[in-house]
Amino acid sequence: MDISKARNSMELRFPSKPENVAFARTVVAVFASQLDFTLDELDELKVATSEAVSNAVIHGYRDAEGDVRVEGRIGEDWVCIIVEDKGPGIQDVELACQPTYTTLPEERMGLGLTFIKEYTDELQIESAPGKGTILRMVKYLKPRDVSE
Amino acid sequence: MTVVQKVTGDTLVLRVRGELDLHTADEFRRVVDAELDRRPRVRNIIVNMSGLDFIDSSGLGAILGRVRRAQQRGGRTALVGVSERIGRILELSGLLGIVMVTDTEEQAKRLV
Repeated sequence: MDISKARNSMELRFPSKPENVAFARTVVAVFASQLDFTLDELDELKVATSEAVSNAVIHGYRDAEGDVRVEGRIGEDWVCIIVEDKGPGIQDVELACQPTYTTLPEERMGLGLTFIKEYTDELQIESAPGKGTILRMVKYLKPRDVSE
Repeated sequence: MTVVQKVTGDTLVLRVRGELDLHTADEFRRVVDAELDRRPRVRNIIVNMSGLDFIDSSGLGAILGRVRRAQQRGGRTALVGVSERIGRILELSGLLGIVMVTDTEEQAKRLV
């Protein structure tokens, strides 16, 4: 996947309010629908985006409000969704990726990154203490049976 | 998101419609916990998800919290009307290991 070969792109920037998670995932699904994803695949992208944006809201700006940036790029047979926050960053990315690990155990299942990995084809996390967090998620269009 | 609640004996039936995510999970918790606090004899919970269009891990966390409250009261939880899409996310979360799943509220009432 060569992101420089994107044929279309979009960018959203919004305050880290929980009510903005829904509209962000809906915009991403509509953006990705430019490719021939199935409804199930678009639902998967909605869940992945919802998890990524929720993480930015919950962990990125725990005690104050900040901006969340969602960028989308679309290529011939792929879509790349980037979610960025300028929060405190992740102390240990490998630990954060372990299923059920959470720094906020009260009714948090710690499954956000697990769901993102399950529902996308590639996930990159760029984060360090004090440097914010960027999640890059890629979903590829699966080859379709010609007879479908 | 809307949640309609109905009590039958020692069972609280919740009919959830719309989307359950980070934002609506708080309202879900508040409304359901208030009802559970008002009714100490209620120990089982049935969640009818047939009207649910979307759920993510935040929504699942809110349901898990209510499952735990039912367990603390010695009760059980059943999920009704789980679509294939939502069933997959429930399976990934491990929640299916601690709740029952049925097609109808009547079946769920018999099982809890």
